[in-house]
Amino acid sequence: MDLTEFLIKTATIFVVFVLTLVIAMYSTWGERKVAGFIQDRMGPNRAGPGGLLQPLADAGKMFFKEDFIPALANKWLFIAGPSLAMLTALLASAVIPFGSTFRINGHEVALQGVESNIGILYVFGVVALGVYGIMVGGWASNNKFSLLGAIRAASQNISYEVAMGLSLIAILMMSSSLSLGEIVAQQHGGNWNIFYQPLGFIIFITCSFAECNRVPFDLPECETELVGGYHTEYGSMKLGFYLFAEYINMFISSAIISVLYFGGYNYPGMDWVYTQLTQALGTETGHNVATLIGTAVFFGKALFFIFFYMWVRWTIPRFRYDQLMNLGWKKLIPLAIFNIIITGAAVLFLKPMITAWLN
Amino acid sequence: MNSAISFFYFLSFLTVLSAVMVVVSRNPIHSVLYLILTFFTLSGHYILLNAQFLAAVNIIVYAGAIMVLFLFVIMFLNMKQDNEESKTNLTKIAATIVGGTVFVILFGAYRKSVIPGFDPQQFDSQIGMIENLGHLLFRDYLLPFELVSILLLVAMVGAVMLGKREIGERHF
Repeated sequence: MDLTEFLIKTATIFVVFVLTLVIAMYSTWGERKVAGFIQDRMGPNRAGPGGLLQPLADAGKMFFKEDFIPALANKWLFIAGPSLAMLTALLASAVIPFGSTFRINGHEVALQGVESNIGILYVFGVVALGVYGIMVGGWASNNKFSLLGAIRAASQNISYEVAMGLSLIAILMMSSSLSLGEIVAQQHGGNWNIFYQPLGFIIFITCSFAECNRVPFDLPECETELVGGYHTEYGSMKLGFYLFAEYINMFISSAIISVLYFGGYNYPGMDWVYTQLTQALGTETGHNVATLIGTAVFFGKALFFIFFYMWVRWTIPRFRYDQLMNLGWKKLIPLAIFNIIITGAAVLFLKPMITAWLN
Repeated sequence: MNSAISFFYFLSFLTVLSAVMVVVSRNPIHSVLYLILTFFTLSGHYILLNAQFLAAVNIIVYAGAIMVLFLFVIMFLNMKQDNEESKTNLTKIAATIVGGTVFVILFGAYRKSVIPGFDPQQFDSQIGMIENLGHLLFRDYLLPFELVSILLLVAMVGAVMLGKREIGERHF
């Protein structure tokens, strides 16, 4: 890897990092606006036009509040909790393909932090680690409610990871690759996985709600039963990090959903746009502009799913804990296994038949 | 010294340090967290060996699932209780003897073992990649692979059977 490629990669990673943070920041604003819209009120509208400066005001408030650590808490782990939550939330974006390639001075660089042949496994591993932040913080608070919240989070995440992994296997059977870049490239030309895997998509999105601890599965912070759940004892920016990590997780899982099921940066008619642009602007600039359009489409899809998270949050009431566990173990896992069997049969028998019939 | 080797030494140092801390820590939660760190550094070693699949699976299975359950169980225990008195001199002596014996056995095995070398010219650096691993597992070692999965299935069914409530047992 020479210097130009290295610089472009560094720039990409930096841009992805900043974008993740900005999107997470404005998701808090978006969430209040969506809540306001759904509940027929205005939402934040004092700070800046349309309340656009509200996230900055919130951040300022969070930073300047007293950084309080309870007397009997385990001090180091109390600080480590939110840090871990933030760390694991930010790690996952490294392998997401945000666009196709950039051409600069004859170098072709993928708009992706790391192109890895185990991309989806990496994401899965990082998601599996996400629960540590909550568990460590909840335990270190030395509070019964926090501990109960932490334990709920742990059992919920482990239960739903199983169904999530099984729904991913159906995708992997179709793509026969673990690399996210490869999976997106295969969905080129309207060949989106959602058309082949509707059941898998429903299982996956349900599990990702549970993994992000979002309503209707936000039992770890269920305020009617557990005061504030795992972050009862937290205040100031440490609480801010927990909330922020949740929004980052939402963005990451929306991005993963659009990569896996909705073709990532692919959009209908992209080949036509590409030809037009390369003819009009030359192969280098045209290619880059086409890539940027693809990236914009990708972010559009991801933002739609963030909106979907909010929409569900203000529509569906919270599950009861036994309902949550029953849904995970007794409904989603058998459904996911059924989906794997159907996919396997379709890949083995149906696909050759249809290809033979079409030719 | 080239960067891979110095990175290897750094990683090994971290691995040994965190493994020692697992044993030395007085707080079980700290022990578990150091154990997770150990798994991470081991995954780092796998990546240095170009075995990315193994690294990812190590993280997912050990750090992501098994250690969460460890932490889960330990959090239920009451840490405030000082159970120092349960460690009598007899226990300490027995533990020392067992630990020393294991050390002697391991050291002897290490002394006796011959580390097989490899030919750098013929060594395939891509051998740990997931495609090659998949070909190996599902082509050359298909029967052992399937037998292992049956073994795991049996263990899983057994665990469910053990955890199941008997008829007439109290529901709560």
